[in-house]
Amino acid sequence: MNTTAPRKLKVATTSLAGCFGCHMSFLDIDERLFALLEHIEFDRSPLTDIKSVSPDCDIGIVEGGLCNAENVHVLREFRKQCKVLIAIGACAINGGLPAQRNHLPLPVILEEVYHTSPGLANGLIPNDPELPLPLNQVHPIHEVVKVDYFIPGCPPSGDAIWKVLSDLLAGREPELGHGLLHYD
Amino acid sequence: MSYQLETAAHPETLRRVAIDPVSRVEGHGKVTLLLDEQNKVHQVRLHIVEFRGFEKFIQGRPYWEVPVMVQRLCGICPVSHHLAAAKALDQVVGARQLTPTAEKLRRLMHYGQMLQSHALHFFHLCSPDLLFGFDSEVTRRNIVGVAQEHPEIAKRGVLLRKFGQEVIRVTSGKRVHGTGAVPGGVNKALTVAERDELLRDIYQIVAWSRDAVHLIQKVHMQDPGLYNSFGIFRSNFMSLVGHNGDLDFYHGTLRARDDNGKAIFDGVDYCQYDRYIEEEVKPWSYMKFPYFRALGKEHGWYKVGPLARVQNCDQIPTPFAERERKEFVDYAGGSPLHAPLAYHWTRMIEMLHAAETIKDLLHDDDLLGDHLLVEGPRAFEGVGVIEAPRGTLFHHYRVDENDLVTMANLIVSTTNNNQAMNEAIRHVARRYLHGREITEGLLNHIEVAIRAFDPCLSCATHALGKMPLEVELIDADGERVHALARG
Repeated sequence: MNTTAPRKLKVATTSLAGCFGCHMSFLDIDERLFALLEHIEFDRSPLTDIKSVSPDCDIGIVEGGLCNAENVHVLREFRKQCKVLIAIGACAINGGLPAQRNHLPLPVILEEVYHTSPGLANGLIPNDPELPLPLNQVHPIHEVVKVDYFIPGCPPSGDAIWKVLSDLLAGREPELGHGLLHYD
Repeated sequence: MSYQLETAAHPETLRRVAIDPVSRVEGHGKVTLLLDEQNKVHQVRLHIVEFRGFEKFIQGRPYWEVPVMVQRLCGICPVSHHLAAAKALDQVVGARQLTPTAEKLRRLMHYGQMLQSHALHFFHLCSPDLLFGFDSEVTRRNIVGVAQEHPEIAKRGVLLRKFGQEVIRVTSGKRVHGTGAVPGGVNKALTVAERDELLRDIYQIVAWSRDAVHLIQKVHMQDPGLYNSFGIFRSNFMSLVGHNGDLDFYHGTLRARDDNGKAIFDGVDYCQYDRYIEEEVKPWSYMKFPYFRALGKEHGWYKVGPLARVQNCDQIPTPFAERERKEFVDYAGGSPLHAPLAYHWTRMIEMLHAAETIKDLLHDDDLLGDHLLVEGPRAFEGVGVIEAPRGTLFHHYRVDENDLVTMANLIVSTTNNNQAMNEAIRHVARRYLHGREITEGLLNHIEVAIRAFDPCLSCATHALGKMPLEVELIDADGERVHALARG
């Protein structure tokens, strides 16, 4: 007998300049998670201890926009290693709330938080080489890599994420109908 | 003992090992270790590497947008930020006392969040370490491994969290980033159908929460040598304490105790928080380091969160959780327990208390009331403090006569634990890594210590930093998008 189950798809996920809310929505598929695990395995993700993306990932899911050099590095790694890349949520798609800082020069914001903020013992701007370089502005991820699918929402619902993944697993072009497609 | 291993004397001569990213925690962080040729550890730091600038970009926004905006600090505990901001802005609109319906609906929302966040942290993020061992096989150390080997535990974890999320959905309109609370009250009561739906499951949820306390208690008791000593350091504790010294996640006064349980301050009106707490900035992390002014930097830092709350309160006002609290206090033997891994035990006691409180609230007809909003004399400043899942959370705003925010100051729960988490990982590095060949399993020990605090590193990155370098960002077509900031 030589029956092998179909290969599980490898899914990698990351949260860049986001709030983790899209990952929470992913988990809001609730007990459907166990059905999903019949068909996928997690690669690099905040849910696992795999720290870098394997070269043969099928699906990459990216939450959050780009606010520093490390975000850019991780995003490029995802694009390189994943066959299909999905931008999930407002921040990945258009910068989201963190992009509210885009009309302000960085030094002004730094000054506020690290020098004039109340209750500070010392004014000092963190500048250690271990801290990744910040970008002047927050960027959506499609400005840096090609994105295959976008799931809008802040965050999208668990049902919307479930629908997209089910479509992909079934080999269908993903579609979000009325009720699943929303931007708030 | 504090500050040992924070800064090596000659970093340039040492080898760097990084844990990047720290995983199975919420948000972004990394740990760096500096070791010499004999693998002796000279420096250990938990760095918060991201920044978003909330405190600045909220300025200039109309104040009524704030509770909805600041939720976006964090997707795991958005309700905490939502409610802390709403509490601060209650003061701005002159709502000194909310209606019973509004306050109880906010409490329901908040305790629903406690339930889902604690369940998520314990089952989805930490249980692999606790069930399989700290240096078990890396591919197994996740919720998938738990689902394979302990399907019942994994299923309950998912359903406990689901219930908490549903409580949030019916009180705020959405599971993540809803709009339930507004300055002066809430914008929606519960319907009978929504209440009955939750009532149907709540008894099961309470029972499973009790089982969760017993599960972690059993794990703790099986290896007390490890669980009582891993990453241990002594420190002060701080939390809000409610009426009559009750454990209260939504409202109260500030209480701080020293490492022996002796009062440092008590009954403090949280609007005066800045008289008691000061923050220090260190160049290697975007997260500030708070401490009690009275005790200074060296001795004034503290722990917040479940371990602080359960030991700081005089009693828990629900019967099952109170029984578990007494067992915990007996086990600690009359003085505070400082072991970071004891956070897990106290977190599950809190989850049980959240479930019981939800049960009590669901039997209260005030939830179905229609008097939702109050207002009074307009003010220009407000402070809102709440016990978020991870500890005491401070929101402070000033608003001008055009209703625009002019100042925002946030001390998020995880920031309060900044020094404590650094102390814990230094202790683990000294005890387990010092002089040994570094393996993946040993490095996970460091992460186990961090996870005990359930840090929310998304919350912790609301501040902004700058770098003294320039780098170019090139887009997919090779075009230069822009350069990075120069410091």
